[in-house]
Amino acid sequence: MDPIRVINQNCVGCSLCVKACPYDAITLSGPPGAKPDKATAVIDLEKCTLCGACVEACKRYKAIVITRTTFKGQNLKLYSGIAVLAEHRRGKLASVVSEIIGAARELQKDLSAPVSAILVGSGVRKYTDELLSHGVDEVWMVDNPAIGDFDEDVQAEIVAEVLLERRPEIFLGGGTIVGRSLLPRVAAKILTGLTADCTELAIDPATMLLRQTRPAFGGNIMATILTQNHRPQMATVRHKVMTPAAKVDNPQGTVIDLSYIEVPKSKIEFLEFVEEKTAMVNLVEADVIVSGGRGIKDPKNFAVIESLALATGGAVGASRAAVDAGWIPYSHQVGQTGKTVKPKVYIACGISGAIQHLAGMKGSDMIVAINSDPNAPIFDVAHYGIVGDLFKVIPELVRRLESRE
Amino acid sequence: MKVIVCIKQVPDTTNVRINPETNTLVREGVASIINPFDVYALEEGIRIREKHGGTVTVLTMGPPQATDALREAISLGADEAVLVSDRAFAGADTLATAFTLAAAIRKLGAIAVGTVPAGQVDIILMGRQAIDGDTGQVGPGVAENLAIPHITDIRKIEEIGGGRIVVERLLEEGYARLATSLPVVLTVVKEINEPRLPSLKGKLAAKKKEILILKAAELEADPERFGLVGSPTQVMKIFTPPKPSGGKKFTGEPAETVGALLAELAASGISIRRM
Repeated sequence: MDPIRVINQNCVGCSLCVKACPYDAITLSGPPGAKPDKATAVIDLEKCTLCGACVEACKRYKAIVITRTTFKGQNLKLYSGIAVLAEHRRGKLASVVSEIIGAARELQKDLSAPVSAILVGSGVRKYTDELLSHGVDEVWMVDNPAIGDFDEDVQAEIVAEVLLERRPEIFLGGGTIVGRSLLPRVAAKILTGLTADCTELAIDPATMLLRQTRPAFGGNIMATILTQNHRPQMATVRHKVMTPAAKVDNPQGTVIDLSYIEVPKSKIEFLEFVEEKTAMVNLVEADVIVSGGRGIKDPKNFAVIESLALATGGAVGASRAAVDAGWIPYSHQVGQTGKTVKPKVYIACGISGAIQHLAGMKGSDMIVAINSDPNAPIFDVAHYGIVGDLFKVIPELVRRLESRE
Repeated sequence: MKVIVCIKQVPDTTNVRINPETNTLVREGVASIINPFDVYALEEGIRIREKHGGTVTVLTMGPPQATDALREAISLGADEAVLVSDRAFAGADTLATAFTLAAAIRKLGAIAVGTVPAGQVDIILMGRQAIDGDTGQVGPGVAENLAIPHITDIRKIEEIGGGRIVVERLLEEGYARLATSLPVVLTVVKEINEPRLPSLKGKLAAKKKEILILKAAELEADPERFGLVGSPTQVMKIFTPPKPSGGKKFTGEPAETVGALLAELAASGISIRRM
């Protein structure tokens, strides 16, 4: 691929780039016999040094793209605004999307720059109203029936292309399984920095850089990370940490249709999606989670956890100890090596509270612990704790909830 | 099948401390292990070899002492081990690490290592994330650098044949069955298998195994992309999150403690009763 090229759809033939080029590398020309006003910019690659002067001159139309910047020496001034990935699957926007728009709109207050959503897929125009209602200024849409939900190789290519063309200074994605698979591929394509699973984002007042704060070592330490010399500054954002964007009454944003971007053929072939029936409710979305750990002692005792999940309308979670013992499938595991959850109420039953487990649930709005060991570390993070035998406490709790006492 | 398993040597705990004077991690006295997720990746690689024939090479980037992790991988059944080690790699973030590992994998396609002949690599496996950094970004980055597909969070390899692989990929609300072409990068979750323990034969082999060490110059890649200089992200500061102090604890008979809990929840305006 050429290192610099003209997007003919965007070029208006204004010749600003021709005047801006210090190397006389750009001319205007059109197809033979075309009227002069149909002429578009043509770059002579022999003369071009990739200095970026034309890209800056064409700020308004964004018709010139430097495809593969060298690793060093990016012109940071060309980048502005915040973009977020509008992840969707099986006909729905992911719930993390409103959260990252919320985070972006917070950052917007310090940067005074527009917030845009990158929407890529097949039949995705139907999501634009919802995105605009979250208060984004622009939706950058690539709607093409050839893009499959799981074609991450192709999606990465398209998202990279959108980023190169629109040049946001910040690009955020959800810390979901797909976000954490797609964004590293995009970052490696456009050679910029990416910080995983951030729990806090802020603009550094001195440098105006994005301060990306994230837990490491299972939440035992926090690190604040900067991407100084590369753009966009990319981060994935942990699900259920940021406050979702408030709906705006009168959405003012616009949809920019970038569907002319070419869609290559994906090497990923989708066969089928299987919804996990055992997880009564999707753990990550549940308002109440009842989790069992080593204190359950036997797989059939998980029925006790399920009874409380039923009484609360919640989902069933588990600690690593319970999963490793084979009492319940891995898809229920909460913790550093399982899922990160942030329900309204998390009820930990017979879970001692190893740091790895806490890493996955301590962001819950309210934590209730039931454990026979009064010194279990789970009580340190719990808002309310009951010291006692869970096989006596839970049935009592279920009885009270069901009798509506 | 020519399989490469990328592993990382990590501290045997996530319970690390920060030296308040130097603001650096205190790692002294903590043993090192193979990143637990990578052990599942290695086991899966060995199972592929058992079923389809071929070889398993373990690859790591790290300081010289990372050979301990490689020897452990040999004892678990890997055929050969390669250490990518050079001072030039120090301070690499996930972008530089993925670039370096991809350059090493390209090299391993071109040269023979011990019993593993030269030839195209078919499958590159690694754990879904390392337990120290928790990023999970290196796998997709390696795939992009090699211009091959990747699939993360694999819970099952269903079949391999005719240059194609069918897998089950774990997602938040279930799983997807996907197929793709070889070569491919796959990251695995621990549901995928039950790793074996090292065999006596493996332990003996591990002691004698000659480990290939690749230096920066041997990777035939842009040196500006290695290590700290090749890393767009910089750590500005590290700190310990404030320790939680704990809330109210109720002790006594279930009838009392449950009553007290429900009263407290009701007072905070929280209902846990199903709607």
